[in-house]
Amino acid sequence: MSAVPTQDLVQGGSLAAFKRSTFGGSVLKYLPTSRSFVMQVVAPLSGITLLIALWAIISTTSPQLPNPVKTWHSAVEVFSDPFYIKSPNDQGIGWNIWNSLKRVALGFTMAAVVGIPLGFLIGRFTFLHAMAAPVISVLRPVSPLAWLPIGLLVFKSAEPASIWVIAISSVWPMVVNTAAGVMRIPQDYLNVARVLNLSEWKILTRILFPATLPHVMTGIRLSIGVAWLVIVAAEMLTGGIGLGFWVWDEWNNLNVEHIIIAIFVVGIVGLLLEQAILLVAKRFYYE
Amino acid sequence: MQDFVRLEQLEMTFSTKRGPFTALRDVNLTINEGEFVSIIGHSGCGKSTVLNVIAGLLESTNGVALCAGREIKGPGPERAVVFQNHSLLPWLTCHQNVYLAVDRVFGQKETRAQLHERTRQALAMVGLDHATLKYPHEISGGMKQRVGIARALAMEPRVLLMDEPFGALDALTRAHLQDELLRIVARTHATVVMVTHDVDEAVLLSDRIVMMTNGPAATVGQILDVKLQRPRDRVTLATDARYMQIRGEVLTFLYEKHRRPDDQAA
Repeated sequence: MSAVPTQDLVQGGSLAAFKRSTFGGSVLKYLPTSRSFVMQVVAPLSGITLLIALWAIISTTSPQLPNPVKTWHSAVEVFSDPFYIKSPNDQGIGWNIWNSLKRVALGFTMAAVVGIPLGFLIGRFTFLHAMAAPVISVLRPVSPLAWLPIGLLVFKSAEPASIWVIAISSVWPMVVNTAAGVMRIPQDYLNVARVLNLSEWKILTRILFPATLPHVMTGIRLSIGVAWLVIVAAEMLTGGIGLGFWVWDEWNNLNVEHIIIAIFVVGIVGLLLEQAILLVAKRFYYE
Repeated sequence: MQDFVRLEQLEMTFSTKRGPFTALRDVNLTINEGEFVSIIGHSGCGKSTVLNVIAGLLESTNGVALCAGREIKGPGPERAVVFQNHSLLPWLTCHQNVYLAVDRVFGQKETRAQLHERTRQALAMVGLDHATLKYPHEISGGMKQRVGIARALAMEPRVLLMDEPFGALDALTRAHLQDELLRIVARTHATVVMVTHDVDEAVLLSDRIVMMTNGPAATVGQILDVKLQRPRDRVTLATDARYMQIRGEVLTFLYEKHRRPDDQAA
């Protein structure tokens, strides 16, 4: 942004000579990017530093809350042996993350298999849309954990119940976004389909699907976010190796450092998941 | 073939929030095979509606619309449309965009190699042999419109319908594409119906100019024969007396007899 004024200044007067010198040239090369450096590196680092500082201040007043340094040492220890298995209920952080991810992947995949085609149908046929709208409006705001008893009742086991919770709570963003994408396809594209008299199959594969893909990817991204949000809570209630269970177990052991580590792990894994989806989604944006 | 496209007592009424709105009434028009007909009028006069009825994208509320003796029921590839905003599919390359149309029309009868060859020829005809693998967002507006024309021509339609095809382009690009269209039409003897609001464009390209009155309930006000020799050249025509006279007649119709009602937003 600041590149142009900087250049003008340099051309203007004695700065031009400065620019021609080797030292000036190498400094000026970085000048136009200094602003983006501040925005992209300095600002985020300050934010994180502020967070840790606040945490350190609070921990001085509340003795039960471990301070950042103590937590860091604990984290180093936790991550030094991430894949140990001492007993069914005492396993390394790596296994906890892996199991949580596995449940999310299962639940999310089931939601996608149902949700995306359903979204297409709802978006394409107005009758189905009118039919589904009230059902979706009622079910979507339900808190994910409210589904857990139903899952336990039907599946009579904790593992499928938590996957069921993931599936039912992450299905809605995909249904809603896919349907919106189909409904928002520009009339121009559909006119092309009509003039060419394309078959329904060609319309689906050549027009509906590619035109809707960005919306579908948005739905997937939101769904993964929800799924990851829900898994920790579900595991806290159902048990079995996983991050949520770990948090609950360490709470029972009063090992607060590990709870804080878990919070960071959940946050960072969630961030990575979102970035991965964004990376994939970028390939499907056509404009 | 005489009376290749035939509109009789065509009426078009849209239902709007404020009740029915009659856009067209008593539109009678016949178009012969191999003829280039322009429909001109102020914006909002329903000239695009006429084109969309011929295309089959709109169904008239009353009257008859025939193409090759058969009633027009829905769109079909024998009536190819060049849309004003090119309407290329952004996720397909230029070649794939044209191929989609070629495959639809000739896919049953020809091999893939032949279909690709047709696609290449269509793009070459509009001078785009070098950009076949580019995506629409990578090329200029004029090039996009050329792909749109190539797509329509590649279908070997019996009628080429063009809805203000050059309306969104700058004047120089527009002139260039008009010349190209003149050349293509001379070669293919296509039947063309073109909607335009550009008087010079209408006179330069057309055999007949259909001038429409202002809406609501717009209709054909006057039809003008453009008896200018082909091939036509825009530079020599610029000083041609006959050209000036025809141009004058269209202008008189548009700005004196059927002056656009003032303060009417488009």
